[in-house]
Amino acid sequence: MAKAAAKTKAAASASVERRPALAGRTLSAPGVKVEILPPAERVSLRAPQASVAALSKALGVTLPVKPKSSAAKDGRTALWLGPDEWMIIDEAGNDPLADCAKVTALHSAVGISHRNVGISVAGPAAAVTVNSGCPQDLSLEAFPVGAASRTILGKSEIVLLRIAADVFRVECWRSFSDYVFTLLSEAASDAAN
Amino acid sequence: MLLIRCPYCEEERPELEFRNAGEAHIARPTNIAAETDDDFEKFFFIRANPKGVIYERWRHIHGCARFFNAVRDTVTDKFVMTYKAGEPKPAKLPGAAK
Amino acid sequence: MNAMFRISGAGRLSQAKTASFSFDDKSYTGIEGDTLASALLANGVHLVGRSFKYHRPRGVLSAGAEEPNALVQIVRDDARKTPNVRATVQELYDGLTAHSQNRWPSLSFDVGAVNDIASPLFSAGFYYKTFMWPKSAWKSLYEPKIRAAAGLGVSPGKPDPDHYAARYAHCEVLVLGGGAAGIAAALAAAEAGVRVILADEQAEFGGSLRFESGARIDGQDGYAWAQAAIAKLKAMDNVRVLSRTTAFGYYAQNFVGLVERVSDHLKNPGRELARERLWQVRAGRVVIATGAIERHMVFANNDRPGVMLASAARTYLNHYGVAVGRNVGVYTANDSAYAAAIDLKKAGVNIAAIVDLRDNPAGPAIDEARALGIEINFGRAVVSAGGKLRVSSMTVQPKNGGGGRTIPVDAILMSAGWTPSVHLFSQSRGKVAFNDETKRFVPGTYAQDCVSVGACNGTDGLDAAVDEAYAAGAKAAKEASGKAGKGAKPKVDAGESWSRGMLGAAPGAGPGTTVKAFVDFQNDVTAKDIRQAVHEGMHSIEHVKRFTTNGMATDQGKTSNMHGLAIAAEELGKPIPQVGLTTFRAPYTPVTFGSIVGHARGALFDPTRRTATHGWAASQGAVFEDVGHWKRAWYFPKAGEDMHAAVNRECVTVRKVAGLFDASTLGKIEVVGPDAAKFMELLYTNPWEKLETGRCRYGIMLREDGFIYDDGVVGRLAPDRFHVTTTTGGAPRVMNHMEDYLQTEFPHLNVWLTSITEQWAVIAVQGPKSREIIAPLVEGIDMSDEAMPHMSVREGKICGVPTRLFRMSFTGERGFEVNVPADYGEAVWEALWAEGQKHGATAYGTETMHVLRAEKGYIIVGQDTDGTVTPNDAGLDWAVGKKKTDFVGIRGLTRPDLVAKGRKQLVGLKTKDPKVVLEEGAQIVADPKQPIPMKMIGHVTSSYWSENCGRSIALALVAGGRDRMGQTLYVPMPNGTIEVEVTGMVFVDEKGERLNG
Repeated sequence: MAKAAAKTKAAASASVERRPALAGRTLSAPGVKVEILPPAERVSLRAPQASVAALSKALGVTLPVKPKSSAAKDGRTALWLGPDEWMIIDEAGNDPLADCAKVTALHSAVGISHRNVGISVAGPAAAVTVNSGCPQDLSLEAFPVGAASRTILGKSEIVLLRIAADVFRVECWRSFSDYVFTLLSEAASDAAN
Repeated sequence: MLLIRCPYCEEERPELEFRNAGEAHIARPTNIAAETDDDFEKFFFIRANPKGVIYERWRHIHGCARFFNAVRDTVTDKFVMTYKAGEPKPAKLPGAAK
Repeated sequence: MNAMFRISGAGRLSQAKTASFSFDDKSYTGIEGDTLASALLANGVHLVGRSFKYHRPRGVLSAGAEEPNALVQIVRDDARKTPNVRATVQELYDGLTAHSQNRWPSLSFDVGAVNDIASPLFSAGFYYKTFMWPKSAWKSLYEPKIRAAAGLGVSPGKPDPDHYAARYAHCEVLVLGGGAAGIAAALAAAEAGVRVILADEQAEFGGSLRFESGARIDGQDGYAWAQAAIAKLKAMDNVRVLSRTTAFGYYAQNFVGLVERVSDHLKNPGRELARERLWQVRAGRVVIATGAIERHMVFANNDRPGVMLASAARTYLNHYGVAVGRNVGVYTANDSAYAAAIDLKKAGVNIAAIVDLRDNPAGPAIDEARALGIEINFGRAVVSAGGKLRVSSMTVQPKNGGGGRTIPVDAILMSAGWTPSVHLFSQSRGKVAFNDETKRFVPGTYAQDCVSVGACNGTDGLDAAVDEAYAAGAKAAKEASGKAGKGAKPKVDAGESWSRGMLGAAPGAGPGTTVKAFVDFQNDVTAKDIRQAVHEGMHSIEHVKRFTTNGMATDQGKTSNMHGLAIAAEELGKPIPQVGLTTFRAPYTPVTFGSIVGHARGALFDPTRRTATHGWAASQGAVFEDVGHWKRAWYFPKAGEDMHAAVNRECVTVRKVAGLFDASTLGKIEVVGPDAAKFMELLYTNPWEKLETGRCRYGIMLREDGFIYDDGVVGRLAPDRFHVTTTTGGAPRVMNHMEDYLQTEFPHLNVWLTSITEQWAVIAVQGPKSREIIAPLVEGIDMSDEAMPHMSVREGKICGVPTRLFRMSFTGERGFEVNVPADYGEAVWEALWAEGQKHGATAYGTETMHVLRAEKGYIIVGQDTDGTVTPNDAGLDWAVGKKKTDFVGIRGLTRPDLVAKGRKQLVGLKTKDPKVVLEEGAQIVADPKQPIPMKMIGHVTSSYWSENCGRSIALALVAGGRDRMGQTLYVPMPNGTIEVEVTGMVFVDEKGERLNG
């Protein structure tokens, strides 16, 4: 499985620079800060239940099976997106695609490191900021720390992960990042009011 | 904006995350190439479009991305229940008269 | 300096804090906390507008959101002119500028008032009857004139410079209305610890406690209790208190729309403040505590400035410290107007007389009025108000007729009783029920998880309202969360109770009379108009409403609906419930477009998607075109080049040397799993099982009906992995289509789909020099024709980063598409560009891409196909696997219509005059001399000037097209008919030798 999976991590020999979308953009408003996160390794992982144990072992993080949840270990987070779908985000510089490639159990692992842009929304007004365009209930009861969900932000699809009570990670597709960042920025300016 | 219960996410989620996908329980014939013109017409073109209870497909496209089935009343626009794709039409609806 | 009618010691505002403002260019002074209405009244200004139809002078009727008359234009600057603002809602700020509306040349002398004199012409149904004939005059004459004469206020001529915020919110208990009942409900719910949102449309909470001077709760004045309770609620983490916030719409499943007016009351709102904020609230339970609205008395000239609701006069006195007159008459059919008379009398205002329609009412209010020495007349009616720009007298008669007398007054306070505000309940699809005893509609059958409490539920008396509301708030919290509160119910020590009243026309304005006794002030509907509508056959209240426009103005008949209904019922001889109430619809009060649009304007109107190379293209002067959400480089003009010249140069350069093109927007889907090939067999017409790893194939996807749905090149990366491309516009729906079949028809297949559209930037390098340009940058891939033939794919590195390198062509030239991870896209493009410069390559845009592919007869799905084109129609039968037993569309392809003769087929067209370029979409006929309407046999789908061919080229769908090769057909255009010859679709390199050239 996944023999031909493209390893999208730059080799040391790269002779061209990486230019992530919106790199370094931040916005601070009273009660909330919105900032573009550094590049991360990402895998879209699809697998039947029977393969979950083997993949969890290879990835070093237990793939969650409960809807709207995530699991994290050593800089690597597995987000439940659907009953056979996870997004793996590795912020520690390791290669989850390579880890999956070692697994013989049935699965599909596709590198999407460059497909997505991560945006941090942090501060006491973070939930209100995200709620400017996201219709889900983001109270800690309904969307606790660790909750993860694909959802909507205004006119863009996002994946939302709650990292702490007042910190969210918003993932969107690269070309939507300008829209998502701008909407979050405008909302952030209103959120403390 | 309605709330729709996704049978895979096991909770109600905002309608914005969903997309309707037409009438449910219309299975593609296994040997479709051998279908008569009349049978193909019934399969592909003819829909019940009832006033009242309808069985239809929805997709939680901006959520878990699963297709699932729903029972909805086209008069009140209320969802009666939802269930996973592939499950049979419910024999009895909750709250329905015997 | 205090204004003339401001009473020192009265009201709750600090009279030291003044604010100056202007109305119709005249300066006045008000005080902070005033509304525009209270500030005008404090200055003795009652005349504030002209009515819609008759241009009658109008004053302030109410002190709240129900106001039908006092509509003004607020002007901040050129771009910010808001028409139809209710002066009773607009808060005063220093420097506020307001203008009256619907008058010319001035408010006190309005030429349009001739409509009042000519009013017999403008009776009910006037428009319907008068402008029927001749029909042709409607568009050219009547409608423009009516539109010019109608309409209130002036729209700003510039874009709205303000911004608007929006947010979704969730709570267990949403309380709508912040009077005594709403506050009590919010307290009870909040004490249970659940999330509570309390919203009220006013700047201050308290509702009727603003004017009810006799209310005492928990040992303090009612209004003071309300402020203390609000302070307590605001201090609780689980409560959000929203003032200046109107619940305008109640939708399914307790989804309620609120608009918060954030900065309309501020002198200089900063840029950081939104003007308004839309709250879309999902609530577990909703407590509706919207109160009741006082009705006016329907008598002749009841619209004269200075004639107003009794509770409004009381609010102006008790809250704003303003006397609405010095010699005030009162006309009532219930007790509550007495309280107004008593409060004003105590404040030193002369009460000329109370006129009470009732014969022998009794009660403490009447006793108190009598004790204050106020003249009271029972069983009498005010049959007319005197004066024009301001009321000057009232004519009083025994209600059953007889001699009258005229009493001089400068204001008339009226009260016909109170109408429960069931608007939001009704919007929730609840059914109202008519209480025959109290003659009012109250909430009957509920459709959602909500409850009405207090005056809007027909609950009379402050004590009862607070009891009911507190219990409801606690119950709502319990039901929504299971939590119970531990607070104490507010104790009502003293309160007022609204008694009944009357509905319909008062004596002197009843059947047989023709006086102007207004039912609906804003739309100028009189009692006579309603009766006339019934006489003319409008027997349903819905018809009466539309015929007379009663209740159809922006105030939605808050004061008029019940009167109109009663008059219609009387005329029909039916009880009120049988005539029925018209439906209440959102919005409760007018809502700005800005608040509905919210953040979605300018850059946030819709996402603008840019590719990784966008910055480079922009720096090169590229002109972009919109393709869906994408911005795509359209062409790259050099200095002095127009589009035509740039495209010609790009087209020629690609075929002579090479060109670089950003193909990143093409949809890309990775299909992975042991059953990947089986799945591809089912979704595409082509065979896939035998496609070798490393090879590519052009695939066609059909819908089940046999028509082309999408196409694209697919590369096989491994036995279990395909890299599928789709059209740019088709990417999301193709993914959805594939997922649909995978999940619901072929769930047994072990295969998964992942969108990788944005993972890979795609740089197409096309042209005879393409390999020379790419090869120096590539590692680990043998790019020779033997190792990497046309339609193959290899993985390796370019510029040291991973690539999926496709050898494929959408130009007919030797070509490659370099896929690199998106963040490297621009840098790799720059490296390829540098190599390309050595050979004289060009960058090209979508226009050149279109021309080059048309020169080769390559179709674009959605341009050359339109959802009714089969592979055979498009000349692509070769791509349909003849031995396959199943794929989506296989049965559709054999439908009788799809195999019939004479179907439209895709062919090439050459104009007889090579310089003439056909218009895309132009219709084609076989015989240009036939009579109109001609029989059209097809249309042009693609048409370009081809510099490479030195002539125009076109593709077209033509009936039986492939049997018409060499025929002359005709394209009739407005400036003459164009002759064309039917040809094959390939205009350049028919043998395809250049793919390896």
